[in-house]
Amino acid sequence: MGKTLFDKVWDAHVVRQLDGGRSVLYIDRHYIHEVTSPVAFLGLRNRGLKVARPAQTTATADHNVPTINQHLPVEDPQSRGQLESFARNCAENGIEHFGLGHPKQGVVHIVGPELGFTQPGMTIVCGDSHTSTHGAFGAVAFGIGTSEVEMVFASQCILQPKPRTMRITVDGKLGKGVTAKDVVLYIISKISASGGTGHFIEFAGEVIRSLSMEERMTVCNMSIECGARGGMIAPDQTTFDYVQGREHAPKGAEWDKAVEGWKKLYSDPDAKFDKEYTFDAADIEPMITYGTNPGMGMGITGTIPSDEGLSGSDKVSFDKALEYMGFKSGEKMIGKKVDYVFVGSCTNGRIEDLRQFAQAVKGRRKADNITAWIVPGSHMVENLAREEGLDKILAEAGFELRQPGCSACLAMNADKIPAGKYSVSTSNRNFEGRQGPGARTMLAGPLVAAAAAVTGQIADPREVFNL
Amino acid sequence: MTTVVPLNIENVDTDQIIPARFLKAVERKGFGDNLFRDWRYDKDGQPVAGFPLNEGKYKGEILVAAKNFGCGSSREHAAWAIFDYGFRVVVSSFFADIFKNNALNNGLLPIQVSEEFLQKIFAAVEADPAARFEVDLENQTFTICATGDKTGFDIDGYKKECLLNGYDDVDYLLSIKGEIEGFEQARR
Repeated sequence: MGKTLFDKVWDAHVVRQLDGGRSVLYIDRHYIHEVTSPVAFLGLRNRGLKVARPAQTTATADHNVPTINQHLPVEDPQSRGQLESFARNCAENGIEHFGLGHPKQGVVHIVGPELGFTQPGMTIVCGDSHTSTHGAFGAVAFGIGTSEVEMVFASQCILQPKPRTMRITVDGKLGKGVTAKDVVLYIISKISASGGTGHFIEFAGEVIRSLSMEERMTVCNMSIECGARGGMIAPDQTTFDYVQGREHAPKGAEWDKAVEGWKKLYSDPDAKFDKEYTFDAADIEPMITYGTNPGMGMGITGTIPSDEGLSGSDKVSFDKALEYMGFKSGEKMIGKKVDYVFVGSCTNGRIEDLRQFAQAVKGRRKADNITAWIVPGSHMVENLAREEGLDKILAEAGFELRQPGCSACLAMNADKIPAGKYSVSTSNRNFEGRQGPGARTMLAGPLVAAAAAVTGQIADPREVFNL
Repeated sequence: MTTVVPLNIENVDTDQIIPARFLKAVERKGFGDNLFRDWRYDKDGQPVAGFPLNEGKYKGEILVAAKNFGCGSSREHAAWAIFDYGFRVVVSSFFADIFKNNALNNGLLPIQVSEEFLQKIFAAVEADPAARFEVDLENQTFTICATGDKTGFDIDGYKKECLLNGYDDVDYLLSIKGEIEGFEQARR
């Protein structure tokens, strides 16, 4: 029987298979950030060890950094201490570190691909669930816990049971104004926030093939939001074109050899998946979430579903979500008032997202009731945006480009949505309090965010922007 | 070969193994002092006569308890306390799932034997508190030396290797460093 893409990459990295199903899995690239690494560094120190493969480790400060005035000392002493200790740990272990102010600093899942560290066929881990982003390159990439970070520090390996496989195929052609974010929000709304649990997803089909690398990253980034261990897409010419020429990509003869190997990374025609889903692009419209988990999403022109047919704890949590959001079943989302718009995060903080948002709002004005935070995913994204004049387009429309970081996606820094306020966010989680205590988050793509930003309410971008 | 400490009580829950009020420590230290605290000591802090841990005649690295050992709260402190006191093996005819995993992750071997065999162990130690027993982790057997009665037990292969070598996951990975380096070489 043939092998799936996932099997090919996973099996090529098994150093040893243990009784009971665990594998010793070799890790090609380990990304680290300031929040989930300190205890692992401490554990390592207590064992009298140093990081085994510092050259395969990449460090960037992102979760806990301010997104304005990054040249000034960080105000919050705990955040400052964490950033300083991160820098110290990296220095002591010989790890390249992109700290605050460094030209390569940014959100870890944006920095890795743009520097060419992320490549097809790799195993990639990071103490962050959105490590699934890197699966867009045909890598097996997944988030790990702090004790596992310590394992990778010590040995460049990790002990893991092998997940089951799932293929999600999206066929057809996307309609106008429908983005990659809408595709993945649609998928999660169909299979639920736990539908992928225990599985590693391969995204396939005509729609997925037609996506750019950045769009593919948006899709794979959200795999974790349906509970999957990770998501991946078979590499193709789009992938090779993106990787070629980047700082850490193979060069010359090495490049040719690498591509030759990458071309073998696809699921064999007779490969069997443990689970399969197929969706039709024609059914997907711009999406918005109405509840408090990413599975509670709907087409923007639709009405909020009811709890009919739900029972027990399902009904209780559905009703609780609507109450938290201040919404009622049967209401339309269009026309609902919005207070904040956040564009950024590892989901939608790349240059194409900023371009899409800037082009949409060009020549229009930010609605007066809207506070907007436009946060580039990295300094490289920020610089590119300025080079392309996006900052000027944004400024003319009343928006300001901030500095890179995770920002209001998890509101660990000062970028918090106030209690009770409504936020249209291009990030990945709409959990209660995720963007600040009491904040009400509606997840969407950059175009729906742009429509909200200029109208001050939930609006269909296809109508607002005549798409 | 070692002697055992018998605790012929069923359903020993983790609140008995280590009461909640002793969970405030932030380091993994000193829990053994409070193992079975409320069975071992009275309210004035005096040792309770007749409790097996207080009887000089019972010593050893093996704790033998009646069925359903470690039920209740998931606190890992229970495994820490038993280990910290000096036990390395717990024998029972049934273990609660969470306790069993916590034990394995902390270098404490849970050996599950049949109810019939468990009663033979209690009988042997009652007849002679200095009776000796043998745990052979390699071959996964437990033997009552006086009678020669022997039984097998199950353990996850990987965890067995960890226990045999006194490893945790990081130690285990370090132990196969050569193999990992070989893997790296072969891929170049």
